[in-house]
Amino acid sequence: MNRVLIVAEHLDGKLNASVAKCVSCAASIPEAEIAIAVLAADGSAVTAEAAKIAGVARVLQVRNPANEPALAAVLAPQIASLAEGYSHVFGSSTTFGKDLMPRVAALLGAPQISDIMAVESATRFKRPVFAGNVIATVEAPADCQLVATVRVASYQPAPAGGPAPVETPVVDAALPTHTRFLSVSGARSDRPDLQTAARVVSGGRALGSKENFALIQRLADRLGAAIGASRAAVDAGYAPNELQVGQTGKIIAPELYLAIGISGAIQHLTGIKDARTIVAINKDAEAPIFEVADYGLVGDLFTLIPEIEAQL
Amino acid sequence: MRRILVALKRAIDFNVRVRVRPDGKGVVTDGVKMSTNPFDEIALEEALRIRERGGADEVVAISIGPDEAQQQLRNALAMGADRAILVKTDQPIEPPAIARALLVFVERESPMLVILGKQAIDDDSNQTGQMLAALWQRPQATFASKLELTDTVARVTREVDAGLETIEVDLPAVVTTDLRLNEPRYIKLPDIMKAKKKPLDVTALASLGVETASQLRVVSLESPPQRKKGVMVKNAAELVAALRQKGLV
Ligand SMILES: Cc1cc2nc3c(=O)[nH]c(=O)nc-3n(C[C@H](O)[C@H](O)[C@H](O)COP(=O)(O)OP(=O)(O)OC[C@H]3O[C@@H](n4cnc5c(N)ncnc54)[C@H](O)[C@@H]3O)c2cc1C
Ligand SMILES: Nc1ncnc2c1ncn2[C@@H]1O[C@H](COP(=O)(O)O)[C@@H](O)[C@H]1O
Repeated sequence: MNRVLIVAEHLDGKLNASVAKCVSCAASIPEAEIAIAVLAADGSAVTAEAAKIAGVARVLQVRNPANEPALAAVLAPQIASLAEGYSHVFGSSTTFGKDLMPRVAALLGAPQISDIMAVESATRFKRPVFAGNVIATVEAPADCQLVATVRVASYQPAPAGGPAPVETPVVDAALPTHTRFLSVSGARSDRPDLQTAARVVSGGRALGSKENFALIQRLADRLGAAIGASRAAVDAGYAPNELQVGQTGKIIAPELYLAIGISGAIQHLTGIKDARTIVAINKDAEAPIFEVADYGLVGDLFTLIPEIEAQL
Repeated sequence: MRRILVALKRAIDFNVRVRVRPDGKGVVTDGVKMSTNPFDEIALEEALRIRERGGADEVVAISIGPDEAQQQLRNALAMGADRAILVKTDQPIEPPAIARALLVFVERESPMLVILGKQAIDDDSNQTGQMLAALWQRPQATFASKLELTDTVARVTREVDAGLETIEVDLPAVVTTDLRLNEPRYIKLPDIMKAKKKPLDVTALASLGVETASQLRVVSLESPPQRKKGVMVKNAAELVAALRQKGLV
């Protein structure tokens, strides 16, 4: 029997969409019994959501005002304590999971496998290395716990089911006070979320200014798409950091990805490998983005975007 | 002495298109350009800037790896680090072991700040800084894009999925860098000459007395499936027609 504990990411009383994808990954481990841990100030709504994911055997709800806003240093000792008796402890490879899970692993004295993209057995997994240019098959020892993050773009969300029973374990862990949350910025918009959107329109350095980047926004709105950006566009201040797609930004798997004025550096391509259909618009016919594009269009984006809009 | 420790990894240069060896046991490294992991250069740059504005007295660069990693440490000294430590090993080592090895030096040097990259672009683990912070029982501020210090706390802006998060951590603390924290300086020729006189200590990893054996075993490496090359369309009308036919717009 493999017992998998999944750490739930949540914000403002809502479960992050990545959690149901972690459940899919965990469910592909043979004979897996899956539990989800919800650490929150209250967390009742999140717990109820988590209990409704098919394949979940139980939800562990841990209430503590110190748990929100989430801080890795505060959550990690609690998760380490909850993890007793579990063979696997999983989190999403979102910035939340990337920050938290290695701290948990170190407290448990367990190794961590980052970015699981496929499960071969309870101890053998595939993960990308070298910005996704190489896929490694990694074997973990059978006799110790394993911590991992799940590359969410590799998994579909588990369907609805349940409800699973809820437990409220008492966690006995000393919580540090050396880390304090101050604020979070980031525009809340009505646009689809980059990580879950079916369509994404991304702009690169070629846009040339923040004002011009509005062209990308306009096209995205016409398509009901989320907005993405290359690192160069973010560095130049045309788009905020949370829109960066790639090795150091978000790894996404939309049905449709439009790369406009983006050259297609390997670090960018890492983020879109799992997109169903890639469209590239670039004035340079030799741009590497065309090597991965399903549809390529050579030309000036400033004339092509209005032409595309006229056709929609 | 207010000291900053910076961890640097020697890694294949980010511009190299990495290829798997035919035996699937490693990647091609012959004649391949090696550099300092880009995030770690940013870590060093940040440490130097803190020292230059009077916020620290000494910057120590440390790398765990083969003899050749002395090149990266010499570069770090040329950039401005005061001294460097090579912890020598020819074995590949994993983040938990790196963290344990770094902890030995953290305890020895009592830094106010340890700055690492958020990830090494070869293994892409994104683990070491968080593990070090846990073992050291100190705060972590990962994925930093802005760092402000007082005598007792660091205020760090972090690049997170939602946008930018700001946290405050008591010192000493571990910080890991994101790409927008700063732009590392270029090394000037006279600095390379000066760096030759700066101390670079070499210690064997085995002499630290920490467990460094790998827990994870790499079974095999393979190239990812290639996307097949698509078609070029002539104009906007053709593109939209093709997408419409596939039900994508
Ligand atoms: C460690 C590391 C991590 C990185 N992580 C990421 C990451 O997560 N995401 C990421 O995107 N990058 C990342 N990068 C950066 C990456 O290497 C590239 O520098 C970046 O992706 C380039 O962005 P770009 O394509 O917008 O700009 P450029 O490479 O400058 O490309 C601009 C393109 O626009 C085209 N163009 C110009 N004008 C027009 C026009 N009028 N009409 C149409 N086309 C035009 C040009 O032909 C060119 O192909 C990383 C780099 C490093 C070292
Ligand atoms: N061999 C090493 N020597 C020194 N620092 C390292 C080493 N490996 C990793 N690090 C540091 O840890 C960071 C994260 O690496 P990783 O957890 O492997 O992705 C790197 O950016 C470095 O700052």
